[in-house]
Amino acid sequence: MTAVGDDRITTEPLAGSEGDIRSEPAPVPRPSDRGRRGFEAIGPPVILGALILGVWYFISYVVLREDRRFLLRAPHEVVNEGFLNGENFAELLGGLWSSTKVAFVGLVIAIIIGLVLATLMSQAKFIERAVFPYAVTLQAIPVLAIVPLIGFWFGFGFTARVIVCVIISLFPIIVNTLFGLQSVDKGMHDLFTLHHASRWTRLRKLTFPNALPAVFAGLRISAGLSVIGAIVGDFFFGQGESGIGQLISKYAGRLMGEQLLAAIILSSALGVIVFQFFGWLQNRVIGKWADSGKPT
Amino acid sequence: MSSVVSTSAGSVTGTLSFQGIGMTFPDGTEALRDVSFDVAPGEFITIVGPSGCGKSTLLKIASGLLDATSGAVQVNRERLGYVFQDATLLPWRTIRQNVELFAELNGVAKADRSTLAAEAIELVGLRGFEEHYPKALSGGMRMRASLARSLTLEPPVFLFDEPFGAVDEITREHLNDETQRLFKRKGFAGLFITHSISEAVFMSTKVLVMSNRPGRIVDSFDIPFDFPRKPDLRFDPEFARLSGEISLALRGAH
Ligand SMILES: Nc1ncnc2c1ncn2[C@@H]1O[C@H](COP(=O)(O)OP(=O)(O)OP(=O)(O)O)[C@@H](O)[C@H]1O
Ligand SMILES: [Mg+2]
Repeated sequence: MTAVGDDRITTEPLAGSEGDIRSEPAPVPRPSDRGRRGFEAIGPPVILGALILGVWYFISYVVLREDRRFLLRAPHEVVNEGFLNGENFAELLGGLWSSTKVAFVGLVIAIIIGLVLATLMSQAKFIERAVFPYAVTLQAIPVLAIVPLIGFWFGFGFTARVIVCVIISLFPIIVNTLFGLQSVDKGMHDLFTLHHASRWTRLRKLTFPNALPAVFAGLRISAGLSVIGAIVGDFFFGQGESGIGQLISKYAGRLMGEQLLAAIILSSALGVIVFQFFGWLQNRVIGKWADSGKPT
Repeated sequence: MSSVVSTSAGSVTGTLSFQGIGMTFPDGTEALRDVSFDVAPGEFITIVGPSGCGKSTLLKIASGLLDATSGAVQVNRERLGYVFQDATLLPWRTIRQNVELFAELNGVAKADRSTLAAEAIELVGLRGFEEHYPKALSGGMRMRASLARSLTLEPPVFLFDEPFGAVDEITREHLNDETQRLFKRKGFAGLFITHSISEAVFMSTKVLVMSNRPGRIVDSFDIPFDFPRKPDLRFDPEFARLSGEISLALRGAH
């Protein structure tokens, strides 16, 4: 720590020299050994994946007799039949695309409803009191139980599928957004009060940005749920474009083990991609300033 | 119980005056009783007192965040500087954007805002860190940014609520030194709160001692050293004597 010389007091900027600043260490990102970090990240899941494949083969060829092998086809058969057979793969991709559209539309609607509801709830206590019990109830409804009802009301096509998606993915957005909107530091509110900020200014410049990390946490959960919702809805609704749920239902009924497994793998891949996408988006939007904006 | 709070710019500009302030919270906690004193331009008054005696409450009353239950405050709140114990920087804004916040909330045009912010950032020695986000700054640097944010208002009255309580001793002495030079340069009326007696004596023209709750002013010490004050003033025998006296008074106040 350099002592501040007497002669400088009247001539220098009041904070003293650069040296003063540097003496308070700011956290600096540590350069990392990339190769090692890469292995630490990729090694364990690769090893576990190999183990799972091993167990899979073991069950297919050792545990199951030949006539019962359709219960669990070996991995390379799944790949051959499901992914490398052009016709089958095209059918799978078509179903996946249809379900993706449903999940996307459902998620967008859930995001809009969720953000608006949470914002209203944060602005007036009585709205929060009125809405919250129903949001919890909505969350508690077993989706499978109301799927038939939704079918009666809205038909068995695109709309019904989307509604299942919305119902299943709405709650995390409401809860997380509301939490984010309400968790503004008291001192920050005081800053805005001191300068007579309007309700709108406060919302725009304080409350919304403050809620962003929580909103993204909710989004990632809801995005995964919307994919599940799209597939579950599709599984039960026979009309309209058939998605991956219909295919799963068909393959299961006809004991087409390879395609069934391929469909399951593709559905989870879609879930993972959506989850990763929102992680990436979160990092893009708030990664610069949020404490742990890094997607996992 | 009536609260007569005058915030008109007319009568006494740039000064702060407490007249018989009393504060009892709705839950019955009496935080302040009959507090009266003035802070004139060129005065830097520091209040020391036991924890929970009502010091923060007094500043909140001065700023208008709270209304006193009795007595009156006279102050022009238009360009009030007010630094909290926490830096309270908005994490999603860069340092420059944070420093611009008050001007922005007060509707200052964009160009003037950046001029004001640039000056204030220069003044607290944060040049080169304008585009950093708060999370990348140390505690002391965040406090400087918080100071700079208030400086953009060119405040005639400046309130400090234990701003350097959370930084280490050496950084605190630096910040004291800088605050004292800012005071000398800007000539605002300063009201500062701290638990550190050496900080109080080093920066102030006068130190007030507050009693346990309900907080009252029980003692007052004029600090006669000239400005600007040099860091080694802290080793001056007179400095030690004053610190000792205040320490004794503070012990009596407990
Ligand atoms: N909103 C409130 N309602 C009820 N009591 C309160 C409220 N705010 C503060 N108090 C009480 O008033 C007293 C004074 O609080 P204040 O924060 O002003 O103390 P302080 O002197 O700043 O203490 P410290 O040195 O620890 O910061 C405390 O006993 C506190 O518990
Ligand atoms: Mg306090």
